[in-house]
Amino acid sequence: MEHTDNATRQYLTFILDDEVFAQDITKVREVLDYVNITKVPRTPDFMRGVINLRGSVVPVVDMRLKFGMEPTKQTVNTCIIIMEVVLEGETAVVGALADSVQEVLELDSSQIEPPPRIGTRLNIEFIQGMGKKGDEFIIILDTDRVFSAEELAIASASADLAATDSVSQSL
Amino acid sequence: MIDQAKEAFREEAYELLSELEDSLLELEESPGDLDVIGKVFRAMHTIKGSGAMFGFDEVAAFTHEVETIFDLVRNGEMSASKELVTLSLRARDHIRILLDHEGPLDDSVAGQGRDLVAAFRRLTPVQGGVQLSSPAEQSGRGGSFEETFRIRMRLASDIILRGTDPLCLLEEIFELGTCRVIAQTDEIPPLEDLEPENCYIFWDLILTTEKGVEAVRDVFIFVEDEVDLKIECIDRDGSQDDEEVHRRLGEILIARGDVTDAQIAELFADKKPIGELLVESRAVSPGKVESALQEQEHLQKVQMQRKTQEASSNIRVSAERLDALVNMVGELVIVQARLSQSALSRGDAQLISIAEDLEHLTNELRDSSLTMRMLPIGSTFSKFKRLVRDLSQELGKDIELSTSGADTELDKTVIEKLNDPLIHLIRNSIDHGIEMPEQRQAMGKSRQGTVHLSASHSGDSVVIEIRDDGKGLDRGALLAKAVDRGLIAPEAKLSDREIHELIFAPGFSTAQAVTSVSGRGVGMDVVKRAIDALRGTIAIESDIGKGTCIRVKMPLTLAIVESLLVYVAGDHYVLPLSSVEECIELTREDIDAAHGRDLIPVRGQLVPYISLRKHFDIQGELPSIEQIVITRVNDLRVGFVVDHVIGEHQTVIKSLGRIYRDVEGVSGATVLGDGDVALILDVPNLVRTVEEQAVV
Repeated sequence: MEHTDNATRQYLTFILDDEVFAQDITKVREVLDYVNITKVPRTPDFMRGVINLRGSVVPVVDMRLKFGMEPTKQTVNTCIIIMEVVLEGETAVVGALADSVQEVLELDSSQIEPPPRIGTRLNIEFIQGMGKKGDEFIIILDTDRVFSAEELAIASASADLAATDSVSQSL
Repeated sequence: MIDQAKEAFREEAYELLSELEDSLLELEESPGDLDVIGKVFRAMHTIKGSGAMFGFDEVAAFTHEVETIFDLVRNGEMSASKELVTLSLRARDHIRILLDHEGPLDDSVAGQGRDLVAAFRRLTPVQGGVQLSSPAEQSGRGGSFEETFRIRMRLASDIILRGTDPLCLLEEIFELGTCRVIAQTDEIPPLEDLEPENCYIFWDLILTTEKGVEAVRDVFIFVEDEVDLKIECIDRDGSQDDEEVHRRLGEILIARGDVTDAQIAELFADKKPIGELLVESRAVSPGKVESALQEQEHLQKVQMQRKTQEASSNIRVSAERLDALVNMVGELVIVQARLSQSALSRGDAQLISIAEDLEHLTNELRDSSLTMRMLPIGSTFSKFKRLVRDLSQELGKDIELSTSGADTELDKTVIEKLNDPLIHLIRNSIDHGIEMPEQRQAMGKSRQGTVHLSASHSGDSVVIEIRDDGKGLDRGALLAKAVDRGLIAPEAKLSDREIHELIFAPGFSTAQAVTSVSGRGVGMDVVKRAIDALRGTIAIESDIGKGTCIRVKMPLTLAIVESLLVYVAGDHYVLPLSSVEECIELTREDIDAAHGRDLIPVRGQLVPYISLRKHFDIQGELPSIEQIVITRVNDLRVGFVVDHVIGEHQTVIKSLGRIYRDVEGVSGATVLGDGDVALILDVPNLVRTVEEQAVV
């Protein structure tokens, strides 16, 4: 998603392993407290499983595992961010497991820089830009890419394969 | 608006066309059946009529030509030959093309239409060829509607002397429709004055008929001068407001002029039934009251019938809305389960009883909303008749399709999704199964082959059988082919069943030559996969030289399934109850006794089992006693080891979504009473993956 305009956008910020990430708020549906997740067998570890969201079954991805960090440890702050992503041209609802949710932040497009080539732990493919708030850098995610068909196609491959894959994605 | 009306017309026309097709095929079997000819004619007539109304002029013009021919057939001026039926079937297809066509016709379509019309004209006998006037006018009334008449028939007193028997007249009227008759005897004089050859009686008749008032008058055509006839229409289908029609006895008598308003009002203060009062006061004779009563009753009956007919008629609801309803009921079932669970855990008796009431209601609601989606499978069967007819002609074979159980009901989605696999199976039977007529004769069979299609209920599933009396599966050829394709080792020993199942292997086709019908090698494995996807099973039985029977077993519905809830290491899973046979225990000793093989004796038979923990890579401590759920898939018994079995569960099937669509061994998910998600195990798939692993 390119930002050629100077418009201000709202982002939801959340924490993964002490780093601040942000997500365009127009894609966020709601934030849930942690609920019991049912693992779907023979899928990669980062695919945590499915939850019941008022009667519909929604898949949940562990963002920390996806980005090659330690698995999420459940605390009172752990939450599931329910968002809409575009998968092969269709909108799908996906939950993302995060350590905690921070705030809704307004960022002007001038406050956002293109992603750095080096120095991040995760695949720059997934980064839409770097926002700046005070001295803090915020990684703005491109969730459509994170949840793109190719990324999730790994889900159909065996777990070991996926594990090596997600390791190779981290720098 | 116009577009909507057009769409509605199209839909109706499609239905009529499929009825037309059925009727034509029926006509082919019994060319003289006037009922069927009438059906064909009416379908054509309706398509023509409403087509013209909604601006489908080509449809109307073309259908008119075909209709004209059938009018001749109806009038017995022409016979319904095989040629005519073939031509009419082609005409039906042409109408279908015209219906779908937007804008001006291109030359090929128009040309086809002209050819068909010309062919029809050639079939028309000479004397009928000229009078291509609209048959609808000839038949008088296009649609038939019922009218009820009140007839008072007063015959001249010397009618019997003139050689007319009143009984004959009455009998003729009886033939027109439902009729009640009341003889009015109050004019019969005392015995000393009675002239035995005179007719003193007159009659009140209440007649409900479709034939119209003219037909009634026609009855009296030869006695016109000797009869004093009063015919009044007292009820007409749809034309009268039904609410005001349940007329009171008094009103009927007033309307007939037998009694005046004033007489009624005078008597009305009293409480006796009005009929009795009128008789007592000698205002009217008992006979007249009787007659009026009869009229009242008759009208009530006619109108009741009509009402029930209307009530039982259908409402069109879009499938989408129905799906939404079923989904909602699914949610309700889940919420109700949660309520019951929490009511039980609280132990509040009042709450529990409310939860139980809700459970009853929910179950009823679930059942009735599911039956709404049920359709008789017959609609699909009739499509196949056409397929068989066309294919057998193309291949030069003589094949009859017989069906049974066409009224077996199945979920709409299942029927739709079954269509293609069934077509494939029937094609296979026709192409590979049934031999050429000469070959059949040489083998001592009748020249005509049969394909029998049947549907029946069996437990909570529907079994569809496709049985042909063709040459059957050639085991040798199947084996040779399988070895040739590298599907099995040359020295492999296979049971008959296993050999037959080979035809479901991908890329397996035994046809020597590729015909337009089948033999492209993308055959039975596709069918099998389609049926697996619908949670159905397919089995094959074959007797060489005698025929083949393919048995497809389908669940009744796709939305909700009875299943068995089991627990494995913190998570719940459900297995469709239809595939579960029994549950047994698996102890350490059993495992030790099997010497490392995953087999357990079940009543003298060794059954292989799959440990879900092992298969799903679930860590954690094993319980000391596990349980095995024995399932049966295609006559193969396989056990699934679980921590423990919880019990039966109403499973509302939810899709796992796009992200998990490629996951093997799990066919969906469901929400449990406590709000947790349980996965639905795909039993056939699990068995297959484990088998494949075992081979490797």
